[in-house]
Amino acid sequence: MGTINVTLRDGTEQSVEAAGGSSVMEAIRDAGIDELLALCGGCCSCATCHVHVAGEWFDKLSAMSEDEDDLLESSDHRTLQSRLSCQIAYTDALDGLQLAIAPED
Amino acid sequence: MKPAEAEAVPNLAIDPFDKVFLGDPYAYHDMIREAGPVVWLDSVGAFAMARYEEVKDSLRDHETFCSSRGVGTLDFAKETPFRPPSLLLEADPPLHDRTRSMMNRIVSLKALKELRPRWQAKAEELVDRLVERRRFDAVKDLSEIFPMMIFPDTIGLRDDGREHLLDYATIVFNAFGPDNDVLREGNEGKEAAIEWVAEACKRDNLKEGGWGMAVFEAADRGECTHEEAERLVRSFLSAGVDTTVNGIGHMVLALAGHPEEYQKLRSNPSLVRRAFEESLRWDSTVQTFFRTTTKRVEVGGAEIPEGQKVLLFLAAANRDPLHWDEPDAFRIERNTSGHVGFGFGIHQCLGQMVARLEGELIGTAIAERVASIRLTGAPVRRLNNTLHAIDSVPVEVEPA
Repeated sequence: MGTINVTLRDGTEQSVEAAGGSSVMEAIRDAGIDELLALCGGCCSCATCHVHVAGEWFDKLSAMSEDEDDLLESSDHRTLQSRLSCQIAYTDALDGLQLAIAPED
Repeated sequence: MKPAEAEAVPNLAIDPFDKVFLGDPYAYHDMIREAGPVVWLDSVGAFAMARYEEVKDSLRDHETFCSSRGVGTLDFAKETPFRPPSLLLEADPPLHDRTRSMMNRIVSLKALKELRPRWQAKAEELVDRLVERRRFDAVKDLSEIFPMMIFPDTIGLRDDGREHLLDYATIVFNAFGPDNDVLREGNEGKEAAIEWVAEACKRDNLKEGGWGMAVFEAADRGECTHEEAERLVRSFLSAGVDTTVNGIGHMVLALAGHPEEYQKLRSNPSLVRRAFEESLRWDSTVQTFFRTTTKRVEVGGAEIPEGQKVLLFLAAANRDPLHWDEPDAFRIERNTSGHVGFGFGIHQCLGQMVARLEGELIGTAIAERVASIRLTGAPVRRLNNTLHAIDSVPVEVEPA
């Protein structure tokens, strides 16, 4: 078990618990943060679980697939820190992960 | 043939493809879910699952629960389907991954973003006309009309014969069930649609600039063969119209039947995406799909041998009380993430964002123009082996 520190769209911060075997999206969603729509439920199809990962954490994540890259490309809010949280598998190495929920497209 | 393992799970004497069941599937879902995580249905000669966790896990485990042996009653390892298998829906990796990523690049969010203003104008124009009439049929005059105003043009289909698209979808979705009365009566007189679709998918019959031609251009680049391109274009035609027709129809039906939820949408139109999603969970257009086991597997304490058809009740999973709070309630503010109305895993609907955009645009156009919606008669169902299809939803709206 570990913790993910989430900055919501209004700037408030919230910590959520995460466990190995689930995705970062699932940890955020299941903690009841429902501004993360995650419409497709984690199948890398909708881009509604878009987050901005804090600089020092970004490089610790596994590489992005071409599908994820294509989906993010359509967003008006893509930055160099952008990821789809359903595509980040939570591991203990990510304990303390800092991210912000991207604005809704 | 009934395997010995089937005796160890509850055997249910229901036929999920008979007229009574298809007319009101929700009346039976409790019974299937409560019987156990895995049941056996003599009527179809298949195992079945209706609980959320097991349905979702099976959809996600595409190696054990494969699609290449067909996602209907037929086992393609033993029988020949009425048309060559889909290269998406009825394919496994690695073939599926190649075709799916190619199609993902065509049906992209970027492409939809470009189409959005045009689709929005058409949604507004259509809803304007209907609000002026006040009384209309939310299926015949709205949900059957809007997808036809935008989708065939997006694909770049020939102009003549487009009316065959709905007939073709009826045939395709009936074919996932058995050769029963529903299939025979539903398909009657629609056979010409099969030939029309086969012709419409050919390169010579597709317009420049459409998604259909984009598939052939991918073939030119060597991403697939030209024979495969024709069959991939066919997938647009099979899955792109009747699904959204019923999805939009169900959304209007749900909103008309839940005035308090409609008022929430009125006061906060940004809830529209959630409202459409909740209507998909609450009344899923695609009710069921089969998978076939590639090896012996244990699910919830039950053993399923290799080579068995497994019927997955997607719509029942979407109302499983073990997963959803008050599952039978239609609540547009609900977080529906994880519903399996579009399936789940690698085969999750290719056109899901097309459907969502259509639902969002119609939902917004209504919410901006209509103070209240009320049913003026009983909705009429159109029976189909796979789709919970709707034929008529008579409504009256009060302009805002």
